[in-house]
Amino acid sequence: MGPSDSSSSILSADRWKRKGAGRGADSLFAFLAGGCGVLVLLALAYMVISTTRTALPAFRAEGLSFVTGSNWDPSNGSYQILPFIYGTVVTSVIALILAVPMSVGVALFLTEYAPKWLRAPIEYAVDLLAAVPSVVYGLWGLWVVLPYVLRPVSDFLARYLGFVPIFAGPSTGLSYFAAGIILSIMITPIITSLSREIFRSVPSADRHAAYALGATRWEMIKEAVLPRSRGGVVGATMLGLGRALGETIVVAMLIGNNPVINLSIFKPGGSIAGAIANGWGEATGIQISALVGAGVVLFVITIIVNMVARAIVYRFNRA
Amino acid sequence: MTAEVQVVDGPEVTSRLDNWAGARATSGAGLRGTRPGARRLLRDRSMTFLIVASVVLTLVPVIWILAQILMKGGSAMSWTFLTHSTPFSMMKQGGGFLNGLIGTAIMVVLASVVSIPLGILGAVYVVEYGKGNWLAKLIRFFSDVMTGVPSIFVGVFVYTALVVKFKYGAIMGAASLALIMMPIIVRSSEEMLKLVPSELKDASHALGAAKWQTITKVVLPSAAPGLTTGAMLAVARAAGETAPLIMTALGSLQLVTKLAGSPISSLTLLILNGAGQAFEAAQARAWAGALELLVIVLVFTVLARVFASRSRLTR
Repeated sequence: MGPSDSSSSILSADRWKRKGAGRGADSLFAFLAGGCGVLVLLALAYMVISTTRTALPAFRAEGLSFVTGSNWDPSNGSYQILPFIYGTVVTSVIALILAVPMSVGVALFLTEYAPKWLRAPIEYAVDLLAAVPSVVYGLWGLWVVLPYVLRPVSDFLARYLGFVPIFAGPSTGLSYFAAGIILSIMITPIITSLSREIFRSVPSADRHAAYALGATRWEMIKEAVLPRSRGGVVGATMLGLGRALGETIVVAMLIGNNPVINLSIFKPGGSIAGAIANGWGEATGIQISALVGAGVVLFVITIIVNMVARAIVYRFNRA
Repeated sequence: MTAEVQVVDGPEVTSRLDNWAGARATSGAGLRGTRPGARRLLRDRSMTFLIVASVVLTLVPVIWILAQILMKGGSAMSWTFLTHSTPFSMMKQGGGFLNGLIGTAIMVVLASVVSIPLGILGAVYVVEYGKGNWLAKLIRFFSDVMTGVPSIFVGVFVYTALVVKFKYGAIMGAASLALIMMPIIVRSSEEMLKLVPSELKDASHALGAAKWQTITKVVLPSAAPGLTTGAMLAVARAAGETAPLIMTALGSLQLVTKLAGSPISSLTLLILNGAGQAFEAAQARAWAGALELLVIVLVFTVLARVFASRSRLTR
């Protein structure tokens, strides 16, 4: 740093400079590293441009009805993806309704209830759920969970709650419900691990204070832990939602791939990602353009959800 | 928040404490104010029950899915399965997913070679050079955003940008996997690089090392186990990807080793294909493939944990 009065010293900066390791190499390295970072940005920008360009013929042909119309009929040249948007949203909402309470429960158990020796095994087990590839979930869901659990459960619910339109029967097996249930298992790990970190960050002084006032464990959680964690849990939920919206294979295998809007969750429907995955093989010309366009719509939806989630998490982390 | 407890539950809490003390002393009846205490205890107990129930309900699928894969996959697994490609007739018994294994290996290796160095360098920029400037913040934010991009959209993008010109093939699949891996690596590496103590860097600078020398000789080596963890997790994720490969690698029943120009398969694509078949032989292969894939993914996940535990950097 300082003036190099002793050029023979090991500590001298000149020793390095003489070997040609000066500012030139340094700025080159900075440029290289910066370039790699910028590459991420460029990739993202080019993703939007390239896909939108390919999707333009479909956007032009359909106009706004591409997203607001519900007539998907490639053989007659009609490409309207509202049924797919609907299915994507409905399956994700089903997944969230089930996964959020479960994940928060598991996270609370890990931070507030579990004895130390039990924490690591449960954390490993939940992480294991995150490691299972989605196609394996699909295989398991389709041939094991669907016939033995989902089918009987949806038959049962449709029989006794069928007077409510969203539970109307007869159930068909492959359905919004089937896809949503398996999705909920898949997004449980991410919501659990984020919520766990959030609960863990609540100062233990707050807990002790609540206990000192005579609170039961649940009252302590309700008054000390949850109010401080609300923002973070909402952020975690949004990230889980982002994951559920973008999940392809499981939904494609279990939703039934029926391009219509069905009010009942026990009926088959379609999803954006599923439509792309299933339609890709036989699609040509403008249908490919329409599938790419569906991808762009999915991208926009998930990006908005993720940006909002990140904003919430960032704000929460700063506070 | 905590004040609320005091204000709302004040008197009740006092009686509650009386209960505890009284119950311990006499464990007898006749204590005043038992009712509210009992109600609150009941509520506490039932919440405990619900929370434990949620843990049990979450563990059920873990055990169930692993047991099914081990049983169904195990019974269909054989040496033949590991060393043969998929038969052209789905009804046919025998054969295996060697073609998928080779395809997955080729694409994941290609994707790793590109994305791991680029991702780590990107993280180096964010942590060491950017230091909170607008570009670093932008890279960070959009890496986060990119980890949330649906993988199928990445596949669609690679199709529109590359496949339309260069046809389906291993390189196209690898490109989509690399795009999925990169943001994961940037973000995890960033977390690791941040943990390198500044004393270490200061010492290096004090010895006269230039910044790039400090980074390559001090920062990266000391963060190496952590960086490896991130890379392994990204590899595990890429090996399990299906959706983006549909429109980039396309899939093939033959054993393909060409890097470009001909469709190639992956374990995931073959499982997807087998799962959709009504024939028992095809389904058996899918289960064996699921076992094979799960073992690969878990090996990388466990390796990631091993490296993570080796890391001496702590928060």
